[in-house]
Amino acid sequence: MRILLVDDEEEFVATLAERLSLRGIDADWVISASDAEKIINTRHYDLAVLDVKMPQVGGRELKKIIEKKQPGIKTIYLTGHGSEEDYQAGIAEAEYYLMKPININDLIQKINDALGK
Amino acid sequence: MKKLLKLFSPNFLWGDKQDIGPRFRHMFNYSRLWRSAVMLTALSAILPLLIITWFDFNVTQKAVESETLSRTSRTVSNTKRTISAFLEERKSALDFIVRDNPYEKLIDPVRLAVILENLRKSFGGISDIGVIDAGGQQIAYIGPYPLEGKNYSHQDWFKEVVERGIYISDVFLGFRNEPHLVIAISFDLPNGSFYILRTSIDTDRLNDQLLNLELGPQGNAFIVNAKGILQTPGRYNEKVFDKITIPVPEYSPQTEAFQYNDPNEGSYILGFAYIPDTPFILMIVKNKDEMMKSWHKTRIEILVFLSIGIIIVMVGVIGFATFFVNNIYIADQRRIKTLHQVEYSNKLASIGRLAAGVAHEINNPLAIINEKAGLIKDIFQFRDTYAKDEKLIGLVDSIHNSVARCGAITKQLLSFARHMDFSFQPVDLEKIIREVIGFLGKEAEYRNIKISINVEPDIPQFESDRGKLQQIFLNLVNNAFAALSDGGNLNISAIRIRNERIRITVEDTGCGISEKDLKKIFEPFFSTRTNVGGTGLGLSITYSLIQEIGGTIDVNSTVGFGTRFIITLPLNAKNIKEKR
Repeated sequence: MRILLVDDEEEFVATLAERLSLRGIDADWVISASDAEKIINTRHYDLAVLDVKMPQVGGRELKKIIEKKQPGIKTIYLTGHGSEEDYQAGIAEAEYYLMKPININDLIQKINDALGK
Repeated sequence: MKKLLKLFSPNFLWGDKQDIGPRFRHMFNYSRLWRSAVMLTALSAILPLLIITWFDFNVTQKAVESETLSRTSRTVSNTKRTISAFLEERKSALDFIVRDNPYEKLIDPVRLAVILENLRKSFGGISDIGVIDAGGQQIAYIGPYPLEGKNYSHQDWFKEVVERGIYISDVFLGFRNEPHLVIAISFDLPNGSFYILRTSIDTDRLNDQLLNLELGPQGNAFIVNAKGILQTPGRYNEKVFDKITIPVPEYSPQTEAFQYNDPNEGSYILGFAYIPDTPFILMIVKNKDEMMKSWHKTRIEILVFLSIGIIIVMVGVIGFATFFVNNIYIADQRRIKTLHQVEYSNKLASIGRLAAGVAHEINNPLAIINEKAGLIKDIFQFRDTYAKDEKLIGLVDSIHNSVARCGAITKQLLSFARHMDFSFQPVDLEKIIREVIGFLGKEAEYRNIKISINVEPDIPQFESDRGKLQQIFLNLVNNAFAALSDGGNLNISAIRIRNERIRITVEDTGCGISEKDLKKIFEPFFSTRTNVGGTGLGLSITYSLIQEIGGTIDVNSTVGFGTRFIITLPLNAKNIKEKR
């Protein structure tokens, strides 16, 4: 199982990736949509955890880009905001829509649920 | 009838008013609006009425005055003809005597006595008759006085009759000491000389004529000479030969009637006529007030009509002005209410946006703290070096707990902001109540308010509007907090009842609400806390929100013991998969 973490908060995403790795989950992280596009061309991912609000290209737009390149990839949205529109759109598009700060065990549970494990 | 009275009662005076603020307050002065409407409408309705009445008043008064003058003039004219006829008859009689009796017969005392007797029988009131020659000598005389042989050549009347051919004297007393007048006519003789036939006539019949005239109350009729000396008695103790107080009118060949204003006696209608070929002036005097009595009655009727008209107009004007200003007042109040509600909603939306913004800004650093602390804990747990150091693990857990608390608060804020729009969705009642209480937890703690929440477990998630429920509970809990003293109790409980409904009770042990206020608490802008920032909208909006989601709200309260709000909501439970 390999997952990709995309969030413009480097401190957050790097730490989260490390914690997932400690739990045996192979997680790569990038801090922008452009970096995500690059890395997606080089590796296959089962699931992407995307921050909804990012500069230039947000998580919802990035999801479409990633799905074009890797159809069937599962997505979990992550946000610190949570406007009504984002929430409604998010739960319609992604597997889960999670609010920061998150509990690592909850996240792992959702990842497993999304991947049907 | 009650409905009609309500329609026209000035609710704008004693009804509740929405305050629009000092800047626009002057625009909502309904009393002034009502006064202006009444004044302008009344003016435009009553002014024409007054003008018409004034016009009618004057026209009618003039017509009555004119009629009075005209009637007086007719009476004078008729009486003048009667008097003229009276004198003319006697003149004609003398003329007939002369034609029937040659001069020689006339100077025969026997014949003259027969003539006098015939005259008396025919006309009455003739006291003597005499024949006077051209030298002024009375050559024949039949009558009660020894006047035969008396010479009149130097008397004025003799000269006048010589000059004009006829003479009618003023009334005088003479030897008999009875008022009478003299008619003397000169006749030519074949020899070129002349003689005069002279007779004395009593004025009794003339007086009777005048006394019998219908003149109405206080009317008077008399004959005067050019000097204003009465020739006939008046009706009110005026005696023959008295001088009248009214000025003698100027000569006019026609009958005249005019109004005479006596400074002492008041106004009179005065009619007069100079009787041709006599020294007499016929005068008829009528009291104007008496003559105008019919007008006075009409005048009162006009004034009564005017007053009734004004009363009807004023009742109508006041009624309609009240009705229209009431409608304006109701429309304004509705508009202001809507504005206030929009303002209130905007305020809530702004608070929601602000909360969401703050939560977002806090959430990101919180997430970093959370992950860093998590990583530290992971390192402690995954590496043996610190795995058994409980103190370090405890410290990290403490950081985690604090982050979790902050996260819970920001989630509540975001959740509250997110669900302010109208949308039905499955809701967990207890969760919503606890979220709302979460906002006020600290205040409750500081004020030592004990909150108990008891939602029966058989209440499932049900379809409702989460945002509205949040707002309903926030308003009710806020109200309870305002009513509670420090150390009070707030109990919220929910039970399932029949017909797929739930009953929620929000009960406090606060100051309670008086019976009088209890009737109004769901009315918009009713507040007992306006001086401490109460808008009076909370319970009104709560009421509306509960209705919108198909529920009902009831309240009972005892002053000094507390208040209980009872809400019933329809239950439409659905098992759902929690996606979050």
